[in-house]
Amino acid sequence: MTWLIPLPVVVPLVSAGLALALGRRSKAQGVISVAAITIMLVTSAALVVLAETEGPQVMSVGGWDAPIGIALVADRLSALMLLVSAIVILCVLLYSLAEGLQEGHEGAPVAIYHPTYLVLAAGVANAFLSGDLFNIYVGFEILLAASFVLLTLGGTGERIRAGSIYVVVSLLSSVLFLIAIALIYAATGTLNLAHLSVRLGEIDPDIAFVLQAMLLIAFLIKAAVFPMSAWLPDSYPTAPAPVTAVFAGLLTKVGVYAIIRTQTLLFDDPRMDRLLMIAALVTMVIGIIGAVAQDDLKRLLSFTLVSHIGYMVFGMSLANQAGLSAAIFYVIHHITVQTALFLVAGLIEHRSGTTSLERLGGLAKFAPALAIVFFVPAMNLAGIPPMSGFLGKMGLIEAGAAVGSGLAYATVAAALLTSLLTLYAIVKAWNKAFWQSAPADLPRNHVPRSMFGPTAVLASLGLIIAVAAGPLYNYTDHAAADLTARSPYITAVLGGAGDLTAEEGG
Amino acid sequence: MTPSLALVVAVGVLVGTGVYLLLERSLSRVIIGIALIGNGVNLLFLIAGGRAGGPPLNGSGPAEDMADPLPQAMVLTAIVITLGLTAFVLAMAYRSWQLHGHDEVQDDLEDRRLAARLLEGAEVDTRTDDSDLETEAAEARDETEESDVVGTQEGKR
Repeated sequence: MTWLIPLPVVVPLVSAGLALALGRRSKAQGVISVAAITIMLVTSAALVVLAETEGPQVMSVGGWDAPIGIALVADRLSALMLLVSAIVILCVLLYSLAEGLQEGHEGAPVAIYHPTYLVLAAGVANAFLSGDLFNIYVGFEILLAASFVLLTLGGTGERIRAGSIYVVVSLLSSVLFLIAIALIYAATGTLNLAHLSVRLGEIDPDIAFVLQAMLLIAFLIKAAVFPMSAWLPDSYPTAPAPVTAVFAGLLTKVGVYAIIRTQTLLFDDPRMDRLLMIAALVTMVIGIIGAVAQDDLKRLLSFTLVSHIGYMVFGMSLANQAGLSAAIFYVIHHITVQTALFLVAGLIEHRSGTTSLERLGGLAKFAPALAIVFFVPAMNLAGIPPMSGFLGKMGLIEAGAAVGSGLAYATVAAALLTSLLTLYAIVKAWNKAFWQSAPADLPRNHVPRSMFGPTAVLASLGLIIAVAAGPLYNYTDHAAADLTARSPYITAVLGGAGDLTAEEGG
Repeated sequence: MTPSLALVVAVGVLVGTGVYLLLERSLSRVIIGIALIGNGVNLLFLIAGGRAGGPPLNGSGPAEDMADPLPQAMVLTAIVITLGLTAFVLAMAYRSWQLHGHDEVQDDLEDRRLAARLLEGAEVDTRTDDSDLETEAAEARDETEESDVVGTQEGKR
């Protein structure tokens, strides 16, 4: 069944070409995009089942076996990330179809939205599936190039300004990643992740530490971890609502995934775990303080996004099975919830023409359905029991307390404080947008059901995660066990040839 | 393996100049900076590939005399990617020039709001603004603009 593995990358890419060729027929474009993402979704679901029942699935591209050729690997972690991403991508696609973004809404050019969106999907899938460091870089570049186009869609002044900063920061992180790749190749003579995992253990630990730091900085910029997070709340809110939603859901999580993958598989330096934990602590607190200060819903949500990345980094920095398992669970929860919230912000903007909390008001009365679909993921984000946000935070805090060092306890305290402040920020937004009487008369545009539907699906997905938390935690536990043990991944890729170390010795 | 000193120095100079240009406000300089850094990193890959050697073609000679082909493949990929992204930034700089008459990146919105409030002499906490993000972005003061109007008139120069 290894032929399934490249499909999530290949199908969207080919469809992107088709959609571009059919640029003048937006209906056909829509059909192609939905079909492509549906295939991606089905394949990812199949990969999750395969990875769970038969272990990591490996495909050597072009018939060259690892470590010479490029390997595509779907283990438990990457298959799960792929599945959740496909669900989110499909929901946002349906939302944007309903909004009519491709038909020139907000001055966006007609033809390019769908092809670019599909390229973005392919890039995300490639980054998740790749078993080769340079191929991860290529995946990043594919999704970044697509995201540049989507972020500056329509080329208005504000989007060009936000886009410039986003583009330059992204390019800088890509260059750092590339430098790290070159140095790692110079030190070890390979870029295959499984092979690297063996080889990096043989070089001077201090050099390995420097390589680890280089890679981490590149990924931390992409994941928007403080102090490399300032670009995010500045650039995301200006993009069209579905674009912001899919960025918020996926792009930072690709960075988080890359950190989890490289930190667990390649390096084991406890010094870096301490630094990561400090970064997690600061990210959580600074991010949420930023959110509290905002008076625009989209900006507020962007700051909560930054803040909650801290939770995932915290789970990683614990560097044990419980922490990783909780971190993966939290990533899954956060992808769905954050995307849902940004889509709701889009619905609010569609209905009232603004997302400024100072101008909004009375939505609970005029649009009760909108209120519900905001309230559920918002409370989920704040971590109100028994929702999935609560379960994720619970797992992280338990894992942190089990480690029991002073820094771990401090971070647990910061996590609790952040949770409280998230609730405060969200309740403030709720009061202003939904409960206060509107300061001025706002337009009351009709929100079409076809836009509302995907949002409601995503919002309820957060609840489904909570209901299915038992099996899901079970799965993430297995995934985390695989990550900490390393050997399932390495054996699957190198085919039991663990003796590659002796072969040439770098 | 001893890397060639000339290559190492070239990498340092290219990346150093590139970083300096990247810190500029003007997008056209940023583009040159990106191109320089990109080329510097490409040279770094050549260093990572080890000593120079013959063409890595199967059957052309003993494997020990061949150059490592993998970094060259990676450099090719990196060149293509840099080319595409440079073209995109170039388009963005042109669009910025169309809109504003220059290609300089404006300040962060929050920075401009703070600057505007300080100029008014008001306390930072008075939040009477009733505009949303887009209009506010247009109204807020911008230190890169000579006049107060961030208009859309073309070619203000």
